[in-house]
Amino acid sequence: MKSLIKIVVVAVFLVAVSCKKDSAPNYQFMPNMYESAGYETYGEAAFPDGVEAQLPAEGSIPRGYVPFDIENTTEGYELAKTTLVSAVDSTQVDLERGKALYDIYCGICHGNKGNGQGKLVKREKILGIPSYDDAGRAITAGSIYHTIYYGKNAMGSYANQLKEEERWQVVAYVLKLKSDLEK
Amino acid sequence: MKKSYQSLEVNLTNNMEKVIHRELRKNILSLGLIILLAFTTSLSAQEGDPAKGKALFNANCAACHQLDKKMTGPALRKVEQRLSDDQGLDRDWIYAWVRNSAGLIKSGDAYANKVYNEFGGAAMTAFPQLSDDDLNNILAYTAEEKAAPAPTAVATGTAATASNSGGISNEIILGALAILFMLLAAGLYVVNKTLRRFASAQNIDLPEATKRTPLWKAFVKNQFLMLVTAIFFLLASAYFVFGFFMQIGIDQGYEPVQPIHFSHKIHAGDNGIDCKYCHSSARVSKTSGIPSLNVCMNCHKSIYEYNGETTAEHSKEFYDDQIKKLYTAAGWDDAEQKYTGNSQPVKWVRIHNLPDFVYFNHSQHVSVAGVECQTCHGPVEEMEVVYQHAPLTMGWCIECHRTTNVNVKDNAYYTKIHEELSKKYGVDKLTAAQMGGLECGKCHY
Repeated sequence: MKSLIKIVVVAVFLVAVSCKKDSAPNYQFMPNMYESAGYETYGEAAFPDGVEAQLPAEGSIPRGYVPFDIENTTEGYELAKTTLVSAVDSTQVDLERGKALYDIYCGICHGNKGNGQGKLVKREKILGIPSYDDAGRAITAGSIYHTIYYGKNAMGSYANQLKEEERWQVVAYVLKLKSDLEK
Repeated sequence: MKKSYQSLEVNLTNNMEKVIHRELRKNILSLGLIILLAFTTSLSAQEGDPAKGKALFNANCAACHQLDKKMTGPALRKVEQRLSDDQGLDRDWIYAWVRNSAGLIKSGDAYANKVYNEFGGAAMTAFPQLSDDDLNNILAYTAEEKAAPAPTAVATGTAATASNSGGISNEIILGALAILFMLLAAGLYVVNKTLRRFASAQNIDLPEATKRTPLWKAFVKNQFLMLVTAIFFLLASAYFVFGFFMQIGIDQGYEPVQPIHFSHKIHAGDNGIDCKYCHSSARVSKTSGIPSLNVCMNCHKSIYEYNGETTAEHSKEFYDDQIKKLYTAAGWDDAEQKYTGNSQPVKWVRIHNLPDFVYFNHSQHVSVAGVECQTCHGPVEEMEVVYQHAPLTMGWCIECHRTTNVNVKDNAYYTKIHEELSKKYGVDKLTAAQMGGLECGKCHY
């Protein structure tokens, strides 16, 4: 009988200890100080689709935004390739920052040297990445910007990860890599 | 003793070698099968080296084409045969198309225009640098028969049996041990019983245990011991109650199940994708953004299946299902290679969440201070399922502000204030705390 009581006590203790689950959040003191009435970033909200992250009202333009008029077509690409020039001049080009951004967003596929041998290519996850000195493509500042903005073929758009000025910094760095490769 | 250990080790390694040999033999067999297949097909194909063709294909064509699946461009297996059978076009047409598809379209070639329009006017890049030989090699590669899926099936089969056999052997050992102990207990009981029977048969009196006051009664009667015990229990329970109240609101180790099983280990660890590739707004905004699905689709347009390491818990099918979930959420039709426009937001479960009365800004820490993501978020690149690494308490924030030196070099904006502060505190390296990182109003307002 006594040993039965002991077993029960131990069992209750073990159950109490093992009840702490990591898949559920912990208790909070005074939860309404932790979670205010305002919408949380990426939280739920009383919009038709239930998410806080809504698109801006149609036609609204963020401060400092410059519209990009060239279209996402083959003709647009050719137009950008021949006519579009960089919005940052040679004094504003910051290759160090360009390299940092390039290594984050482009190097994973295009390789940190721009030869099309990024880590994902070496691991055969994504194939067929061209080198920047590819003669058939003969990329220019305008075509690089167009490609970053809209994407091309299997490459997606990077317009939402890079701001306009940052895109041009990356363009400058890509052109540097291209000239290094052509040496 | 030592010798027996050694012999055991030798035995073990022998066994392991046997297993390896067996697997090797299977691998060699499947390799032989592949080589045989490759040779039989290359004999029926044209002149051209499929191995070289594969390298060229992967370097030049694979961005838009696959052998068996429609990507940006059409599937290319047996393209030459199909073109000559269905359209009556010969190899020269392919040469012309690859080297200058735009020119061919402009010249009014009927099939060229048809393909161009079928793929939504996506112009194929011109490859004037590919020679006739190169193209022959690529065509030889595309003419190969589809490799039988047998080898992979064999490989996964052996893996499955291997893991299974491991599990079974463990269970068998445990079961055998349990049975052994039960037998032992039963044996002891029987021995005890027979010995007692012998003793009574031979009229030997077994000494009976004399009754003494039980230990707990003696303990209860001793008042000093009771007092000490009471004090001990009070202190101990105070300690645990305090500990329980202190951990309320702390979610260290919180590890929720996400709607799509996204493995940071595969993405950030194995493939080495930078944190800021997906969480790009950590550079420039208060919040480190949850990437929108177009960022996933940047890569997963091309990566439609998982080919990396698997475990018993997370098989290839499991990971492939997760990619399919992504396609459903993003509204991507993988067969047609276009968006259906029917997307659903993913209800990710937030893990790191500061109370609303604390202000925290990611860009300030990531871009200005240059703090590594791992400093606060832990080894995310090793996490199959992400959990909260840091306690995110105020003490934890302040500890870091007290010990972290601020990088004041090359920061022209703050040069003067840094100099004055260094003079004030008589130090040449400022910590975040000395710059006001402990002011209440910096984070609570």
